[in-house]
Amino acid sequence: MSGRPLAEAKWLPATLGLGGLASALALAELLIRLDWVSRFIVPLPSEVLVSFERIIVEEDVLSRFLATAGEALAAAFLVTLIGVALGVFLHRHRLLRSACESWVAGLAAAPLVLLYPLFLVIFGRNALTIVMIGFVSGLPPAILKTVEGLSGTRKVLLDVGRSFSLSPAQLFWKIQFPSALPVIFVGVRLGLMFSLINIVGVEFLINFGGLGQIVNELAERYDLAGMYAAICFVILVSVCFFFASERLERWLLRAS
Amino acid sequence: MATPVLRVENIVKRFVTGSASITAVDHVSFTVAQGEVLAIIGPSGCGKSTLFNVIGGLAGSDEGRVIVEGRTLSGPDPAIGMVFQEESTFPWRTVADNVAFPLEVAGVARTERLKRVHHYLELVGLKGFEQHHPAQLSGGMRQRVAIARTLAFGPKVLLMDEPFAALDEQTRLLLGDKVLQIQQALAQTTLLITHSIAEAVQLSDRVLVMTYRPGRVKRIVDIKLPRPRTAEIIGSKDFGLYVAEIWNDLRDEASLGMKDAEAKLPQAE
Repeated sequence: MSGRPLAEAKWLPATLGLGGLASALALAELLIRLDWVSRFIVPLPSEVLVSFERIIVEEDVLSRFLATAGEALAAAFLVTLIGVALGVFLHRHRLLRSACESWVAGLAAAPLVLLYPLFLVIFGRNALTIVMIGFVSGLPPAILKTVEGLSGTRKVLLDVGRSFSLSPAQLFWKIQFPSALPVIFVGVRLGLMFSLINIVGVEFLINFGGLGQIVNELAERYDLAGMYAAICFVILVSVCFFFASERLERWLLRAS
Repeated sequence: MATPVLRVENIVKRFVTGSASITAVDHVSFTVAQGEVLAIIGPSGCGKSTLFNVIGGLAGSDEGRVIVEGRTLSGPDPAIGMVFQEESTFPWRTVADNVAFPLEVAGVARTERLKRVHHYLELVGLKGFEQHHPAQLSGGMRQRVAIARTLAFGPKVLLMDEPFAALDEQTRLLLGDKVLQIQQALAQTTLLITHSIAEAVQLSDRVLVMTYRPGRVKRIVDIKLPRPRTAEIIGSKDFGLYVAEIWNDLRDEASLGMKDAEAKLPQAE
């Protein structure tokens, strides 16, 4: 028999993923229609699908999507820039690292979104508050993973650099940083997730801004189908950032 | 004897642990002539790798100096190219980019860089693998990338620390053949650190036997096997005689090392 085996086909993972999702939605549709799951708690997937047009036209969900994506982008930029820089700083200063690492790790698990009243007092009820909460909550994983990635660089790779008489700056940019990049990006991606969760959470809590606010409004109107459709847009923001971060990682690796 | 390219003079290296000072390398001196391969062999813990780091400039010495073509070195230097025991290719770079790495850093023009990369990859038998990443290669191929990367920089002395230690026996023999071919094609002055007697005899012109702790020069054996050589030499009678002769020198040192290691183990009640 000629050709590649089915398991190696490039289209198979995507098809399986989409097929699995479609099957889960079909099962949910069936369970709700059979009244095994209450439609007052979970709307019919077909209703959610139909409500996309309504929330795009009537609720202007696209501008809300852009508002949340913009806030997430600003927070992501700050998380990447400041989180990675702080990680490098802590990695370079052993004493400071020993002093701070455990409470930075503690901060990663803290529900920082509950500090929103403090941020409201400092920044007011505007997008800056949302961005700052997103930034603060995304910071710990970016710092911790940067420290971990830099510490994990194999000594022999640095020895290779030294044997070629690299300067300390060249050692960092040409060897240590690219070697740590995959782990740093795990931290950045985790940071982005934490940021997005908190951004949408604060929008919901202070009833301001993008998708969090519209989810809040639709929930208060008990428009469950519309609310689930809006949540799909939150997932879309996450997917966009995930793909963008993958592209950025590949580009940085090629550049180093 | 030809003029020495590498001269190692009275190297002493001590390590201080708490209040105790341990001498790892004790007044080691030798020379390596142009185009010569000198193998350093000794039992585990005799200071071979310490000596590798000192000669390569990655570690300082307490006494003595390393001279290449009349110039005393004071740290890592382009005159000495190092190949490490551990896997040392950069996983984020392609094979060609790995080999080009030292040339990029040194600011060699792109055209010249590509020319040298092509030449050295062909020399180590990796033509056609330029765009592969190290993860797509076998252990032996990755070590050849590391050798090509070091050679591309044009070192006066190639310094190798047990480069085949992580490979299986058959790959070691084949890679030994490849190193012989490369060394003969380039007349590359080479210092090989190894714990394998067969490897030392197969590849080198002289074998320096070290004592166990502190590491001193016990004896230097001239290997008068014909060149060019291939791995087939290991079947010859003379090869066996050299291996036996060196093992005779090494046995007592290896026994000391083993006793020392056993003494450090906790005793049963």
